[in-house]
Amino acid sequence: MTTNKLRYERPVIQKMNTGLMNKFGTRTEYEPVTHIEGVPVKSLIEQYGSPLFVLSEKQIRRNYQNATRIFSTRYPKVQFAWSYKTNYMNAVCQVFHQEGSWAEVVSGFEYEKALNNGVPGNKIIFNGPDKTDAHLIAASQNNSLIHIDHFDELYSLIRLSEELDLKPRVAIRVNMDTGIFPKWDRFGFNFENGQAWTAITRILNSKHLDLVGLHCHIGTFMLSTEAYAMAATKLCELAWSIKEKFNKTIQYLDLGGGFPSTNTLKGSYLPGSDTVPSIDQFADAITDVILGFGFKQEDLPLLILETGRALIDDAGYLLGSVLASKRLSDGRRATILDFGVNSLFTSFWYDHKISPAQPFSQQTEEMVLYGPLCMNIDIVRESITMPILEKGDQIVVHKVGAYNMTQWMQFITLRPNIVLIDQENNTHIIRKAETLEYLELNERIPEHLQQNAL
Amino acid sequence: MRLKKNIATSGEGFIFNPSTGDSFSTNEIGSEIIALLKEDKQPNEVIERICSKYEVTPNHFEKDLDDYLAQLKDFAILEKDHGKDNK
Repeated sequence: MTTNKLRYERPVIQKMNTGLMNKFGTRTEYEPVTHIEGVPVKSLIEQYGSPLFVLSEKQIRRNYQNATRIFSTRYPKVQFAWSYKTNYMNAVCQVFHQEGSWAEVVSGFEYEKALNNGVPGNKIIFNGPDKTDAHLIAASQNNSLIHIDHFDELYSLIRLSEELDLKPRVAIRVNMDTGIFPKWDRFGFNFENGQAWTAITRILNSKHLDLVGLHCHIGTFMLSTEAYAMAATKLCELAWSIKEKFNKTIQYLDLGGGFPSTNTLKGSYLPGSDTVPSIDQFADAITDVILGFGFKQEDLPLLILETGRALIDDAGYLLGSVLASKRLSDGRRATILDFGVNSLFTSFWYDHKISPAQPFSQQTEEMVLYGPLCMNIDIVRESITMPILEKGDQIVVHKVGAYNMTQWMQFITLRPNIVLIDQENNTHIIRKAETLEYLELNERIPEHLQQNAL
Repeated sequence: MRLKKNIATSGEGFIFNPSTGDSFSTNEIGSEIIALLKEDKQPNEVIERICSKYEVTPNHFEKDLDDYLAQLKDFAILEKDHGKDNK
């Protein structure tokens, strides 16, 4: 339809405030993001609906190749293991496995997922405090790397190994003071109080368990590289002592994950892109310690990294639409989106960058972004300056690749499609939107409740 | 539905209320609405004029106009109605 009429924009008025200038300026997200990897946002929503998670295969591979290059140019033996909990869509896992990444899992079903994805048992790292006897047996038989979390697990594994004559390859998870708060001491064995050494001694005295590595995971979204240097030092000290006292060479040191993405944590004054250390800085901190510790060249341990978030966050987008725009009692603008905290779980942690998906004028307003849930907690952004948004306008949330597709909640609305844009910019559904039928699949209604009186 | 007499406006969307010292900025359509209100146009006339010029339906614009006029009242730019129906 052709018309000579001008483009409409809702009338807005803003009071101008006087006062000291903010030296950082007010960030306004009015630069439209109309395409993702060359695919128009509009056509993605037309084809797959709104809201919609979109992942870029190219970006995942770029991130992985970049991180491996950074570490392997500094250290001779490096292995990444994809952290399944960060995003265990099978298509995503396969991208990482194709790139050469092992699997790092923290539950029985994740372990089975890795096996189903064709990962050889000896390239699966089994972490976490919850491993059943059945999974410990399977992991032992598959020659997987079992990272022992607590003494109960250690003694279970010793018992099972004796009963079934197994020879599991194990490491212990070590927790330690790395100078950061909060100290993660709930997982693994403590370094400072000697618990880790007790566990090591017990393993080395067992005829069945083969201690092949040492593991730590000092925190999440870590903003200090120094903490990794401290962690690497303490793991090296343990490996050194094991060699000295037991003449046993530790094959690998697993420094875990925890590298941050460039998302902005809630409460931060500056955006994450300005404050987060680069992977190069983390690599420097870790590899300088191990290389300088004094190991003989042939005894240098393999360095394993379980990096999750930093490898996938910026490869994920959430596309959505504006459902309504309203004014709150105090005059603030409120924009209601078609996705909420149930889908975008990470909005509890981050002030996500959100861009409009179509061009606007330079007029902006400060607003609160709500999700569609009939719940007071459903706030996507408490305050953001955006163009004049109208019902039906589309928006793009950035850096949502980590944790959302695993931690999202089935609550009030159904979970949407996830689409992968491949390296040739073709689109593929990698997880279909849920339906009521899917939701009720496992429900059972007792016979006496199968009829109602209405 | 009248703009207060002492409100100063510019064609570029700047609004100044000398009795309070407050200043405001508005967008292009907001400026046009204020110009029409200055000419004592009633809301139905404002709707007619804006809808003939811009790509918007009367229903859609009516919602936005109501909201805009409510803000003008909150900011003490419009005269008080004294209970009269706005439309």
